Amino acid sequence: MDSATAIAIASILSCGIIITVGTIGPALGEGKALSTALSAIAQQPDAAPTITRTLFVGLAMVESTAIYSLVITIILIFANPFWNFAIAHAG
Amino acid sequence: MRITPDSVILWSFGPIHLDLTIATTWAIMLALVLVSRAITSHLRKEPPFPRWQTAAEVIVSAIRGQMREIGLPNTAPYLPFIATLFIFIATSNLCAILPFYEPPTGSLSTTAALALCVFMAVPFFGIREQGSLAYLKSYLEPTPIMLPFNIIGELARTLALAIRLFGNIMSGSLVGALLLSLAPFIFPIIMNLLGLLTGTVQAYIFSILATVFIAAGVGSHEEKTPAKPDERKA
Repeated sequence: MDSATAIAIASILSCGIIITVGTIGPALGEGKALSTALSAIAQQPDAAPTITRTLFVGLAMVESTAIYSLVITIILIFANPFWNFAIAHAG
Repeated sequence: MRITPDSVILWSFGPIHLDLTIATTWAIMLALVLVSRAITSHLRKEPPFPRWQTAAEVIVSAIRGQMREIGLPNTAPYLPFIATLFIFIATSNLCAILPFYEPPTGSLSTTAALALCVFMAVPFFGIREQGSLAYLKSYLEPTPIMLPFNIIGELARTLALAIRLFGNIMSGSLVGALLLSLAPFIFPIIMNLLGLLTGTVQAYIFSILATVFIAAGVGSHEEKTPAKPDERKA
């Protein structure tokens, strides 16, 4: 097995792990935030605009961790620097 | 596969490259400046208002209301910066319905530049509002031990601001391109629709976060002002 194949296998495997593990946490967190916001709105409908705005900003902050793992996955799949290095030095 | 519009070089002269990101950014900036000039050159105070003036007033007053609710009661010094950020990001994301258009916010250089603007604006407004010593002292709160964490937090939130916008827009267009090769009939349209929603929400979140950061950089003084009113003149 040459180095390019090893890099490809490692990249694909780690992409799967990254996107799986990296989305579990934000998904759980966003679900908890959403359910809490819904029960807060149900208790106090007057505060709905404030709660909704804070919820949106908070969801975006939570979601950015998932976006980080997505960016790393996309870099590993479509623009892998190690793969390019191995190809450039093999050929 | 192309991830960002950075890799499309339209014109190059020696070390200077004009890529698609810069060209689209300048086109959007030109369009926004021309439209704003066209609107604001015919402002009226009497009832037969031009339609465009009403539209511009709706946008500006909505942004101002949001800023006030978040914690900047005096919006006038910050409105140009925040509203420009919002309108530019929203326009560049929403133009994605045009064919052959690639949003410049899908490139990390554009979003890093916007986040750097926010990064510079926080100390600028903070020092202008409360003086450099008082602003620098806010890094030592609540205790001087927190100084490295405050600095790291400042850098990390700038990075997060850039990556969040870039990741959302880039993943939207990438998913659209992937679906176009898998199921080209209906699904790309739905994902494009979702991309419009994401683009608007991200523009909103970017400007909201910029407002929150600026309010945090400015705010500590405004709470103390009623107690010591004469310090402000000095």
